[in-house]
Amino acid sequence: MSNISLPKHAGLVEKCWHYAFVLICSVVFLFLIAPILVIIPLSFNAEPYFTFNESMLAFDSNAYSTRWYEDFWSTEIWRQSIVNSFIIAFWSTLMAVTLGTLAALGLSRSEMPCKGLVMGLLISPMIVPLVITAAGIFFFYASVGDFIPLTGTYLGVIIAHTVLGTPFVVITVTATLSGFDNSLTRAGAMCGADPTRVFFKVVLPLILPGVISGALFAFVTSFDEVVVVLFIASVEQQTIPRQMWAGIREQISPTILAVATILVCISILLLTTVELLRRRAERLRGMLPG
Amino acid sequence: MDMAPKTLETSRSEILSTVDGQPLKKALARTERTKRFKAILLVAPLLTFITVTFLYPICLMLFRSVENPLVAENMPQTLEVLQKWDGKSLPSELAFAAAAKDLAAARKSKMIGRLATRLNFETSGLRSVITGTARKVKKMEAPFKEAMIQARSQWGDVATWSTIKRLGPTIIDVNYLAAVDRGYNVKGEIELRDEDRRIYVSLFGRTLLMSLIVTVASLFLGFPIAYLLASLPLKYSNLLMILVLLPFWTSLLVRTTSWIVLLQTQGVLNDVMVWLGLFEDEQRVQLIFNAQGTVIAMTQILLPFMVLPLYSVMKTIHPSYMRAAESLGAHRYTAYWRIYVPNTLPGIGAGSLLVFILAIGYYITPALVGGQDGQMISNLIAFHMQKSLNWGLAAALGGILLGGVVILYWLYNSLVGVERLKLG
Repeated sequence: MSNISLPKHAGLVEKCWHYAFVLICSVVFLFLIAPILVIIPLSFNAEPYFTFNESMLAFDSNAYSTRWYEDFWSTEIWRQSIVNSFIIAFWSTLMAVTLGTLAALGLSRSEMPCKGLVMGLLISPMIVPLVITAAGIFFFYASVGDFIPLTGTYLGVIIAHTVLGTPFVVITVTATLSGFDNSLTRAGAMCGADPTRVFFKVVLPLILPGVISGALFAFVTSFDEVVVVLFIASVEQQTIPRQMWAGIREQISPTILAVATILVCISILLLTTVELLRRRAERLRGMLPG
Repeated sequence: MDMAPKTLETSRSEILSTVDGQPLKKALARTERTKRFKAILLVAPLLTFITVTFLYPICLMLFRSVENPLVAENMPQTLEVLQKWDGKSLPSELAFAAAAKDLAAARKSKMIGRLATRLNFETSGLRSVITGTARKVKKMEAPFKEAMIQARSQWGDVATWSTIKRLGPTIIDVNYLAAVDRGYNVKGEIELRDEDRRIYVSLFGRTLLMSLIVTVASLFLGFPIAYLLASLPLKYSNLLMILVLLPFWTSLLVRTTSWIVLLQTQGVLNDVMVWLGLFEDEQRVQLIFNAQGTVIAMTQILLPFMVLPLYSVMKTIHPSYMRAAESLGAHRYTAYWRIYVPNTLPGIGAGSLLVFILAIGYYITPALVGGQDGQMISNLIAFHMQKSLNWGLAAALGGILLGGVVILYWLYNSLVGVERLKLG
């Protein structure tokens, strides 16, 4: 790591460069974070506008209200979409984590043949444009519709979201397993544990941080997904993103800002969890002191 | 399994074997096989799942782009007669009679609407010709040629018949031709569409251009902050990293909504500009619902995908390289440009490719903030899937887009390696 701070003997030009660099970085950070932060105060706007008015800037307490949150909570369709989003995200995460962790365990064994190709295939749902995936799944559900109705059902949406979530689980768990010491499983086996017991008692506790962050990624992917829902779901499976999509396209109301703020809070929560897990893992591996 | 050789005195010529007398080579091969089988068994559930619910559906979509059963199934007699038709003058009474029979049958089986729509995609105006004639065909009497031309004059055009003949095969290329603004003319030659109907090639071009701008913009914005993050002590860089990761974790729709709030004419940024006196209230600029709004929003959304690979490469560049260059007499900036930056090339490549791949398939952001001139190819695929219901054309456009993405993905996989994909 090179040191970023300015040496004492720095000349005028170097000083200028240094401050320009700091300024550029601050602007980029502002560019990244401002759009997320700006909606939080606006969601408490008492007026149905999307910008700050004078009384808001003067911190007049009358200019702020929680009416959009009340509106969100009292609207049946929003409540239903929250429930739907959680149901769909929960089940698709569960499936993605199970399938993805198993696959990652297999992929990180040295005996696995065609590793690169298989990995490439398993990651591809993350790379292929969502519209193409959604169109493909739409045709697929239509073609099997006579046997199992999947279009316009919860099962259909859950399966599609599982497909989109698995790459994240595969990536995070494979990354965790890359630092895994295989002699530990052998030690477990030598102590008389059968492979299942070794997995649950030795392997799983060690790769758990990777599994959990993969799960959170899969959860967020499903929770934020709108294209597949637009293509294959019916009104019954209305999710939060689908409802926001409709809101932005049709009648934009500040209720959306209230929902957006709630979603930002959820993402902060998830990010904190993942960061804590990552740091714990790094500390355990001795990469971070303390 | 105990793999120790029988005795130490075993002579070289004797085959090494395990305790139970099997040749060691064979026993080893068997354990190897079992291990490989176990590894495959672990991967199999997900691979099967992905194959059935992802790879097969995509093949299904690609097949949609070339399959064309409607005309062959619903106008079999007409197509049979048209086989011998020269395509230059109007076909004989036989063809008219066959068409009348086919249309009547199609009306009975309720397929007439879909047939008409299919023919209409190829030559606009044919929908009403088909449905209109089908309604009257029951009362028609021979000679059908006069009766049908009387019902709809288009039956007297050679073009109508050549359209039907062209759509006869069950596997066709017209969707792909349409996706690159081409089509067959009356003579059966491939030619460019009329100028006002050429939209797809320029749309592909615009999609590539916008993705390129987004990629370059995120490289220029991402490089300085990745450098800052890699150079700061972990204590501070971890805190600043949150600023990069929070957008990464925030809903795409939330971020798109925020950009609308920020950039619209009555939005926050315009308000700030007016308040600062940079321009008058009437001079507010339209920053969103156009191509530049889409580029701005997409750059912010994809920036973390650039910063993370850059950061992880910069982290591995040892500071002694720079010190070595400086001690050899290079100026600090020379050392930076000639030593540090070339060392970050793997990160630049990985980040740029990833951002570009993700950008060319973008749908949600252009759909919400793109307005007229900010639409990308995915938006048109969705339009043909949901509104115009021209699934064949949607599949062909999707097939071309997918081809591009697969090539880029293959490039990424062979240059960077998919297992090194970074997610925070």
